Amino acid sequence: MANVEKDPVSGTNTTGHEWDGIKELDTPLPKWWLTTFYACIIWSIGYWVVYPSWPTLNDYAKGVFGTTNRLEHAKDMAAVAQAREAWTSKFEGKDIEEVAQDSELMTYARAGGKAIFADNCQPCHGAAGSGNKNFPVLADDDWLWGGTLDALQTTITYGIRSTHDETRISDMPALVADETITPAEADQIADYVMMLGGQGGSDAGKTLFDDNCAVCHSEDGSGNQDLGAPRLNDGIWLYNAGKEGVLAQITKPQHGVMPAWVGRLSDTEIKQVAIYVHSLGGGQ
Amino acid sequence: MNQATTATGASDVAYNEDVVRKFVLAATFWGVIGFIAGTFIAFQLAFPALNLGLEWTTFGRLRPVHTSAVIFAFGGSVLFATSFYVVQRTCRAPLFGGKVLANFIFYGYQLFILLAASGYVLGITQGKEYAEPEWYTDLVITIVWVAYLVAFAGTLMTRRVSHIYVANWFYLAFIITIAMLHIGNNITLPVILFGGESFAKSYIWASGVQDAMTQWWYGHNAVGFFLTAGFLGLMYYFVPKQANRPVYSYRLSIIHFWALVFLYIWAGPHHLHYTSLPDWTQTLGMTFSIMLWMPSWGGMINGLMTLSGAWEKLRTDPVLRFLIASVAFYGMSTFEGPAMSIKAVNGLSHYTDWTVGHVHSGALGWVAFVSFGALYYLIPKLWKRERLYSLRLVTYHFWIATIGIVLYITAMWISGIMQGLMWRAYDDLGFLQYSFIESVEAMHPYYVIRACGGVLFVLGALIMVWNFIKTIQGDMRVEDEFVAPQSAAAE
Amino acid sequence: MKHEIFEKNTILLAIAILLTVAIGGLVQIVPLYTIDSTIEKVDGVRPYSPLELAGRNIYVREGCYLCHSQQIRPFRDEVERYGHYSLAAESMYDHPFQWGSKRTGPDLARVGGKYSNAWHTAHLIDPRAVVPESVMPMYGFLAKNELTFNDAGAHLATLRAAGDPYTDEQIAQAAADFTTQALGEASGGDVDALMARYPKAVVGDFDGDPSKVSELDAVIAYLQMLGTLVDFTTYKPEGEMAR
Repeated sequence: MANVEKDPVSGTNTTGHEWDGIKELDTPLPKWWLTTFYACIIWSIGYWVVYPSWPTLNDYAKGVFGTTNRLEHAKDMAAVAQAREAWTSKFEGKDIEEVAQDSELMTYARAGGKAIFADNCQPCHGAAGSGNKNFPVLADDDWLWGGTLDALQTTITYGIRSTHDETRISDMPALVADETITPAEADQIADYVMMLGGQGGSDAGKTLFDDNCAVCHSEDGSGNQDLGAPRLNDGIWLYNAGKEGVLAQITKPQHGVMPAWVGRLSDTEIKQVAIYVHSLGGGQ
Repeated sequence: MNQATTATGASDVAYNEDVVRKFVLAATFWGVIGFIAGTFIAFQLAFPALNLGLEWTTFGRLRPVHTSAVIFAFGGSVLFATSFYVVQRTCRAPLFGGKVLANFIFYGYQLFILLAASGYVLGITQGKEYAEPEWYTDLVITIVWVAYLVAFAGTLMTRRVSHIYVANWFYLAFIITIAMLHIGNNITLPVILFGGESFAKSYIWASGVQDAMTQWWYGHNAVGFFLTAGFLGLMYYFVPKQANRPVYSYRLSIIHFWALVFLYIWAGPHHLHYTSLPDWTQTLGMTFSIMLWMPSWGGMINGLMTLSGAWEKLRTDPVLRFLIASVAFYGMSTFEGPAMSIKAVNGLSHYTDWTVGHVHSGALGWVAFVSFGALYYLIPKLWKRERLYSLRLVTYHFWIATIGIVLYITAMWISGIMQGLMWRAYDDLGFLQYSFIESVEAMHPYYVIRACGGVLFVLGALIMVWNFIKTIQGDMRVEDEFVAPQSAAAE
Repeated sequence: MKHEIFEKNTILLAIAILLTVAIGGLVQIVPLYTIDSTIEKVDGVRPYSPLELAGRNIYVREGCYLCHSQQIRPFRDEVERYGHYSLAAESMYDHPFQWGSKRTGPDLARVGGKYSNAWHTAHLIDPRAVVPESVMPMYGFLAKNELTFNDAGAHLATLRAAGDPYTDEQIAQAAADFTTQALGEASGGDVDALMARYPKAVVGDFDGDPSKVSELDAVIAYLQMLGTLVDFTTYKPEGEMAR
């Protein structure tokens, strides 16, 4: 190390090497740096002792705390369930109409239902049930399958045209395609449906309507919630509005699907959502 | 005296500066492209109409264009340029393999970039972050990388000085480890070998939890070895050169080098905390990240302390200011990283913008700034100019880019922590307080601020480009020297 | 000084670096293949049907994983928002895994069955038509792009080489199963045989356009099965906590 020299600024010796004019000082390791490094290593060793850590080829050290992420989570959820016990026990014993008699329970249910609705139902039915094109508004009193608490609970539980065995299901026939009526007749029916809703039209298709449609939708177009047959005399349309929309639905009916929520939501949660939806403005 | 030795050391060897010049220009070009791409996708998150409804311009397809452009095209070109420049000078030997090998590496690497980027836009991707290129692009880069190793290690082996300089340890570790990671993470089966019709499509051999671990073993160490070890190599040359001071501690170099390369590899599982990855692996990922803190800071100490006795130069030398600010950002990021690897912290920060902010304080503050410093150093030297066209413009670049970074990372801290807290917020009765979409809505102002930070960063880079063009043309703007304030001068 | 031997010998330095960086990966990755408890023993998880696989490939192609995770962590808020935490078994046939690292949009690990096909169609074509606050790109082009998967068998064979337990029958029927699942009974395919090969598969038409198989059909078929294969009413992973 013939070229070792003293750096005039720091007073430290260089190592005697030089690369393209760069030299190195032989400064010792900073003490605080080394101490912190050792502290991190010691802390890590401690962590390995208490939590699952080093593996072999077929097992690993379990750690003296004997816990895992999933066990901790199970404990958390048990604590949550216990904290909620006072409320949920009341739901389990009662049917939804009984719950409705208890104002304190209703406050709780609406709060829970609101949270569940926002993450699960809102994507289709819009904020606070304001609806979306092709997805029903839940804040008015135009119900396809009924707006009572019971009806809502059933709809949410089993869905509409869902994969569940007990799903609500209705199937408007494609009357033109199966040649029950001609396109011209469909046009007359559409006109009559417009008239039922007070949106112009004419009554030329009344007989056709009474023969083909009234069995589900009623002669006055008031619909039938037991069958999921929409009300036609309120000027509210799920799909396209106006005569064109009505004609399209007669010619080539669209059918919405709502998933069954049983299995995804608990019975208590479904009651809460039903109560929340009921409170949006259209509950019956 | 230092300058005298530099001059004599340089004169007797025919260095290959042509390939360095090419990579410097490529780095500048790709940097601007990458920054603009990043800023554009940042605006997409604030204003989704900017996805344009086209197949080729969605966030999902442009995001890999941005990440690959900045990491591999910009960062990679900087590493090629600087490693070739540094290894020749610190070994006092011309680049091994001559012009042919050097040109093969340059054009091969540019081909890799074009193949990768065109694939992303067309929807050709492996779907693994930072390892998106499909198998045929992977093969191209593998060949180029072997050539790179041959050129670099060959130069080391034909060196005319007794010892290998610390910068080259880091460069060598970067080249070797990236090769290992790249091969390990890209073991893939092209469907065409099984009678499939699609040339480009392949399936990764690993699946699920093992693929996740392999991916983040790779992904974290793309940060660790591409963006850390490689750029530390750069720092170990350009900081002492620009400061004209000896490296602070040789012993620290040794310890932090080996500790860093050994420990970094283990940190990958901290990207998978609380996932279906077994707990034991998460524990190792977290503890090794903590242990990595001091070895990372070893580089910061050696960078900053090299300036002891020369701090006043920061007042008068904006290029040195870039280099030193980068080391400071490096120190901040390598503290934040271990902190975010702690499981309790990660439970909040994971999946949020906090991670994005963390990456960018490292990528913009450390990688880009240290690269800018090196580029400003290299351009006049490579084109034999007396100095840069304008040091004032370097100062403007520095402050505009710094404000951009500050806007970016503070916006992401706020939005990230806010997201994390909103997702786990409960109301008085114990129900989730916010829906997911409310958290999306709440991010909007921060996404706008972040994108504006990006605009400033791009603006700074464009100023740099202008400065480069003028410098290469041989113009020199007449400017007053920066003078240290009287008080400092009087000391 | 002892370190000099590395500083004077390039080969030695390179070998020392390679050994040093190899250890961490070996210790963390190899045992994941050899330790039995890494992947839970659970019924129901099966390889993807050809249509789901095609949808998954589009999901990968579009970089959906850059904004959506498929990994529910064992936290109270996540299980309440998204459902049961994710098991390693549920992604055991994922090449590559798509757990993601960012939630610009919500987690999708259990999105299967949560919304109707009609909603997915409306949402993918124009997210803001149904979710005004969304920042997701519009994917209308998926509905326009016709999807063929004539080499579905080759894709399944590739995945079998990677370890997925596809049978010869599944590979032979892959292209037919693709069309049957996308278009349902109307295609003339054997739906029962499809369901036997791929239990719980959701059969289309998905995008409301029965005239062709679109990329949208495939993506929705994939989304509709995510997280539905394991029956958590009967499986309690708490009993298998040793992992």
